[in-house]
Amino acid sequence: MRLVSLLLASLLLAACGKSATDQPSDSLTVRIGAAAPLTGPQAHLGKDNENGTRMAIEDANAKGISIGGKKVHFELVSEDDQADPKTATIVAQKLVDDNVSGVIGHLNSGTTIPAAKIYSDNGIPQISPSATAVAYTHQGFKTAFRVMANDAQQGHALGVYAVKNLGAKRIAVIDDRTAYGQGLADEFIKAATASGAEIVSHEYTSDKSVDFTAVLTAVKAKQPELLFYGGMDAQGGPMARQIKALALNVKFMMGDGGRTPEFIKLAGDAAEGAYGSLPGVPLEKMSGGMEFSRRYESEFKQPIQLYAPYCYDAVNVMIAAMQKANSTDPAKYLPALAAISHDGITAKIQFDNNGDLKGGAVTLYQVKQDQWQPLETIGGQ
Amino acid sequence: MEIFLQQIINGLVQGSVYALVALGYTMVYGILGLINFAHGEVVMMGAMVALSALSVMAGLPPLVSLPLSLFLAISVCMALGYGIERIAYRPLRHAPRLAPLITAIGVSIVLQNLAMLIWGRDYHSFPQLFANHAHRIGGAIINDIQIVIVVAAFLMMAGLMLVVHRTRLGRAMRAVAENQHAAQLMGVDVNRVVSITFMIGSALAAVAGVMVSANYGLAHYYMGFLLGLKAFTAAVLGGIGNLRGAMLGGLLLGLIESLGAGYIGDITGGFMGSQYQDVFAFLVLIAVLIFRPSGLLGERLAERA
Repeated sequence: MRLVSLLLASLLLAACGKSATDQPSDSLTVRIGAAAPLTGPQAHLGKDNENGTRMAIEDANAKGISIGGKKVHFELVSEDDQADPKTATIVAQKLVDDNVSGVIGHLNSGTTIPAAKIYSDNGIPQISPSATAVAYTHQGFKTAFRVMANDAQQGHALGVYAVKNLGAKRIAVIDDRTAYGQGLADEFIKAATASGAEIVSHEYTSDKSVDFTAVLTAVKAKQPELLFYGGMDAQGGPMARQIKALALNVKFMMGDGGRTPEFIKLAGDAAEGAYGSLPGVPLEKMSGGMEFSRRYESEFKQPIQLYAPYCYDAVNVMIAAMQKANSTDPAKYLPALAAISHDGITAKIQFDNNGDLKGGAVTLYQVKQDQWQPLETIGGQ
Repeated sequence: MEIFLQQIINGLVQGSVYALVALGYTMVYGILGLINFAHGEVVMMGAMVALSALSVMAGLPPLVSLPLSLFLAISVCMALGYGIERIAYRPLRHAPRLAPLITAIGVSIVLQNLAMLIWGRDYHSFPQLFANHAHRIGGAIINDIQIVIVVAAFLMMAGLMLVVHRTRLGRAMRAVAENQHAAQLMGVDVNRVVSITFMIGSALAAVAGVMVSANYGLAHYYMGFLLGLKAFTAAVLGGIGNLRGAMLGGLLLGLIESLGAGYIGDITGGFMGSQYQDVFAFLVLIAVLIFRPSGLLGERLAERA
């Protein structure tokens, strides 16, 4: 027995010694939080975000960045918010308690908006790589930023395109009643009606549904020429199938939530001809976009779903601000973040007073031969 | 008119699936007075097993691979049903009623996470094996898969009724439902009957799982949750414990949902929209339960409840 305890004690000592050599006093561990749905229907998007964030953190560690005279080791703290606003606030509090220096997230607008208050109360800078709802940056929080165009810009581009380029006069709208889906649909409707189209039907579903036959049949009765869905790919894919099955003769259009490879996989041959949009310019046109995509695929053995490059940029913007302020203290580097000008993969990142991306571009896409092909980029610098 | 007909068809397809799953809830409740909340997860398992089997047999002609994978899904689900009862419910058969309810929820969570570990968290697209022809009936559209769903569901329900009312096993099931101790005294092997009940319910669930996945072209690890909840609602609506009630409840729920979602906006002049689709279904449920607490076809269950 004594022998065992002696052994244990020496083991413990050895362990202490090891960790001490791992962490010399002139190095600093900085935790960066990430929050996205890692389970549920949007898990593939959440994982994509996590991968993009992880890649940026690994790159920063490989580069060996020093801040305030100390070598900084960045550590990713990734949490699952289940795309649920209630869970998001719990996760946000957990990240704050874990002493993260900044947060990349959340993925959905519905989760980002309530979580933003918690980060703001604790003075933790938050950069969402993907929350596009206008409300997120309009709550008056100094800590809230995003690195892509918001839904006012996106919904506007989609609405104008539907009427002017696609010639739709009678438009039906379905949204999933989330902050994102509803917000995008509202902006779309505003722009479409302003351009002279009539909204003949506005129906609703949820971000958990799989059966849309009832609402689609109701939509069919109104004989629209174009159907806009404000929601995510997990619903958009099956919806496209059911549109085809019900012989509903409409052009089908979605926002960034539906413009994913997953949509094409889920919709099968019903995906062909669908329209989608993505804030920002196409990957092929980003500086270093193809290089990023190649690296991503070799590391994670899957294509980029959607927001990984934005997550990568979000982390780098955050680290650039820390370097500029020469501090990883949130209170110290926050002003530097607000004033940052950083050449990222996705765009030149500068924030306006609300924390929105300055001059965000929106690109429209269409599915042709099972691929999203860019049609036109609107706005941008 | 064609829109109305289309909504009826939508509702019938949806309703037949609810009815098949509801039968699983109602059979178990009828015999054990227990709500098997893991039943929805069995549906999901059926779909996922069939999906895996189909992807393994991708090279075979669909006429071979589909029956084989369906058979495999049914076998796995029957084994699962047997296992669930044996592990989670039988040791608690004489425990307070709340205990097996809690293990039921536990089993449901375990199965969901197990499926997540095996198949991942992504949505899987379910292969379309046959050309899915669309047929027009008076302007409304119904396709092959939907016809198969409705016909197969009705055939299976009819088959189940035959088993329960015309066979020795069925008589034993009814006897156990009536009074376990008396049935035992009359020489009925209660444990065996309960096991078989779980297995039949799980087999129906497996078929329902494959049907749902084939219809929506979609399978994922938590598809059983909402479906299970709806089917449970259907079983309560029809009168839980009553087989005909489960079928009626399932079909009604499907119809109410689709007609509700389709017309609620027009009826209320836009005041309420299709976001109230589920509310509508549950309103009907509440109304039925207020005026007929035991459900539409339910018998009085005073001594049970």
